[in-house]
Amino acid sequence: MNKENKASAAKEKIKKEPLFHIAKRAPLPFWKSAMIRVIAVLLALVVCAVVCYILGEGKVNPLELFSKLFEGNFETERKIWRTLKDIAVLLCISLAVTPAFKMRFWNIGAEGQVLVSCLASVACVYYLGSSLPNGVLLLCMFGAALVTGILWAVLPAIFKAKWNTNETLFTLMMNYIATSLVSFFLIIWTPDGSSSLKEFQIGQLPVVYNQYLLLVIIVALLTVGMYIYLKYSKQGYEIAVVGESQKTACYIGISVKKVIVRTMIVSGALCGLAGFLIVSALDHSVTTNTVGGRGFTAIMVSWLGKFNPFIMVLTSFLIVFLEHGAQEVSSDFPAINSAFPSIITGIILFFIIGCEFFVNYKLVMRQKEESAK
Amino acid sequence: MDKSVALDLKKITKRFGNVVANNEVDLTVYKGEILAILGENGCGKTTLMNMIAGIYYPDAGHIYVNGEEVVIRSPKDAFRHGIGMIHQHFKLVDIFSASENIVLGIKDGKKYNLKDVNKRVLEISQRYGFNIDPTKKIYEMSVSEKQTVEIIKVLYRGADILILDEPTAVLTPQETEKLFNVLRKMRDDGKSIIIITHKLHEVLSLSDRVAVLRKGEHIGSVKTEETSENELTEMMVGKKIELNIERTDCLGLGERLIVKDLNCFNEEGVKILHDVCFSVRGGEILGIAGIAGSGQRELLEAIAGLQPTESGEITYIDPNENTSIDLRTKNAAEIRDLGIKLSFVPEDRLGMGLVGNMDATDNMMLRSYEKTHVFLDRKNPKKLATKIIDELEVVTPGVSTPVRRLSGGNVQKLLVGREISSAPKVFMAAYPVRGLDINSSYTIYNLLTKQKQGGTAVIFVGEDLDVLLELCDRIMVIASGKITGIVDGRTATKEQLGVLMTKSTSIFEDAEIELNRMKKNDEGGAGNE
Repeated sequence: MNKENKASAAKEKIKKEPLFHIAKRAPLPFWKSAMIRVIAVLLALVVCAVVCYILGEGKVNPLELFSKLFEGNFETERKIWRTLKDIAVLLCISLAVTPAFKMRFWNIGAEGQVLVSCLASVACVYYLGSSLPNGVLLLCMFGAALVTGILWAVLPAIFKAKWNTNETLFTLMMNYIATSLVSFFLIIWTPDGSSSLKEFQIGQLPVVYNQYLLLVIIVALLTVGMYIYLKYSKQGYEIAVVGESQKTACYIGISVKKVIVRTMIVSGALCGLAGFLIVSALDHSVTTNTVGGRGFTAIMVSWLGKFNPFIMVLTSFLIVFLEHGAQEVSSDFPAINSAFPSIITGIILFFIIGCEFFVNYKLVMRQKEESAK
Repeated sequence: MDKSVALDLKKITKRFGNVVANNEVDLTVYKGEILAILGENGCGKTTLMNMIAGIYYPDAGHIYVNGEEVVIRSPKDAFRHGIGMIHQHFKLVDIFSASENIVLGIKDGKKYNLKDVNKRVLEISQRYGFNIDPTKKIYEMSVSEKQTVEIIKVLYRGADILILDEPTAVLTPQETEKLFNVLRKMRDDGKSIIIITHKLHEVLSLSDRVAVLRKGEHIGSVKTEETSENELTEMMVGKKIELNIERTDCLGLGERLIVKDLNCFNEEGVKILHDVCFSVRGGEILGIAGIAGSGQRELLEAIAGLQPTESGEITYIDPNENTSIDLRTKNAAEIRDLGIKLSFVPEDRLGMGLVGNMDATDNMMLRSYEKTHVFLDRKNPKKLATKIIDELEVVTPGVSTPVRRLSGGNVQKLLVGREISSAPKVFMAAYPVRGLDINSSYTIYNLLTKQKQGGTAVIFVGEDLDVLLELCDRIMVIASGKITGIVDGRTATKEQLGVLMTKSTSIFEDAEIELNRMKKNDEGGAGNE
């Protein structure tokens, strides 16, 4: 009787072959995987257009929407420079977190590391600004930013190396400390109770052509430097080995602890540099929102760029482009919800990350002859 | 003899990317027979079985159970059709008893009653001659007992077709014989048994029929009684090959490595090596035999400076200057910096010996990068990689292909090639032929012999006792972290090794753990005062 049951169950099952199943793909040639990514971006734009049409209750023309995206970034020379500046800052922080992530050290504390460096730079201006010439002051700011950035990064690294604490939690906590420190000092520095520091006129980086060019050049050099560091230096190689397999690292005699601490010093120092640049070249002040989440966005830039500094230029461009474009859209089309910029960014990133699935896998549909049976 | 068909596969195909794991395989299994699936590693045996068991879904083809076409999308579907698979790696909950593991996940609508389950488990055990205590917890069991639980789990669910994936890999010769007796009883009871293996002598002693797979294709099935070891090998490899290991005489050089009273705890704080003593001379191969997990890995890693040890001595004797150096307290970097030429091919190739995502050049660089200064030198590693690829006939698209894309044998050749390239004085290899096809395995054996002829002290941890007996000058047997004997490779027998492999007095061990605990308590107490 048991067998009869089984047989009938089997009969019933024949019709229920899955509609499709997932199969792993052979490694694709470059142009094919690039095609998939381009198609993903195009699809994302179509979805954006549809969402925009619905949210705008039919009053917004999707094509106009896309032209606004471009206008937001490239309409005037001023806008182009603004785009370049934002790419430079985001890229700088992304380059800073890259060695750590390549080592699979989950450092989500770039936000705090940059912020505390901004604070240290501003503190130098506040306490030393009146007594030092500009050049010396800039050096002091740079030094202070570097030291605090390194301190914020290396503490979690030492605890990780010595007692195997969780670096994700640790670096996250360090962010809160940085934010609170900024609030604390702002209260001390602003006796009028306004809690916002006036932009100061000293301790500024020299203007080369315009306010932004020097910043862009520094970050461009940093990009090349980071590429060389990761690919051709001994330390970069050690980072790669530790990230891929700590066991292999031990096996060939790399001290994993040493590499973790050393790499976080590099990472923290670059965050310090980012903080120094933000204060001395751009903001000339500090608030709790000076970094504005870019410490976290940088992680996304780094991973999307697969830790390759040159690809990261593209990914940071993408994110800045979307941000600016979406701002333009929402200011030009009041009909559209103010949350629209985030929606667009979300949709496009969803498609870009999602298409990786199709680069690695394919769907095999149910075969025709069988469905015909 | 008139036999009805239990399972029939028609034109089953499965691809992984551009690798064809199975290509239009037809296979028939009858009721009441033991079918051995034979083939080299990577020929698609396990993939094929996984499709029957519902782990993978075939890209094309049909499966018939008892003459009816079925669609198997999940292990649940497989069980519904009476198919059960016993995997190489057990899937058991350690803190549950045998019975609890056996009923886990069964939805038969009956009330959960452990007493009934125990009774049924015992019934099944008696019927087929298992020896098991249903209330024993998994963590108290030996590997062979765990395997028994896995088999009963499948039988409990009413499986008529049992698939065993390399069941003997973890068993001693004696346990293997026991398992085979049970399987024969099941066959006589009308069940179909499919056993995956690459050990020829097991195939010949156990199975009724043999199906040979090569490169994903079903080469043919033969009746076991009508075939021979040579014919099967030829079917597996596709050509006639000579399977001889050349064993040259020992060079009789001085001792290179002396291990004395070595004690070691693993990460969980369990004592894994007990007073290990042995020595290796230059120009000999010392084989290490033992059930998997008896401390072989920890022993080699301790020598290589990767495993912290508790006490004892590991002395390296430099052949040129006749000086001795204690390695026990040194880590891998310190050993390297002392200029000690010690090479180690670890068990875990891609997780320890090599980095899977890096190419051949960068993997060669693992051993040489330390000598460079700020920037890397990729020229010499590239030369070395090209040389190894040439000399050892590594099949790879090129030096810049990530090594994880290569097959196991080619990965191993790269690793062994790199380790040999430094002209080591002590060469250690843990399971260097695991997962390798026959030809690659013999390449590796020959490389080991060559090292020995060059005066290197070779330590070889192996799992195939036949190979150990053919290759090694001396064989050391380790059981539960203790050396139970060192025998001459030329005169020892398999049975002798088998006895030594299981010779451990568990009472003694428990007493020792208890003693250690008391010692620790005493120390703690003293500290408080």
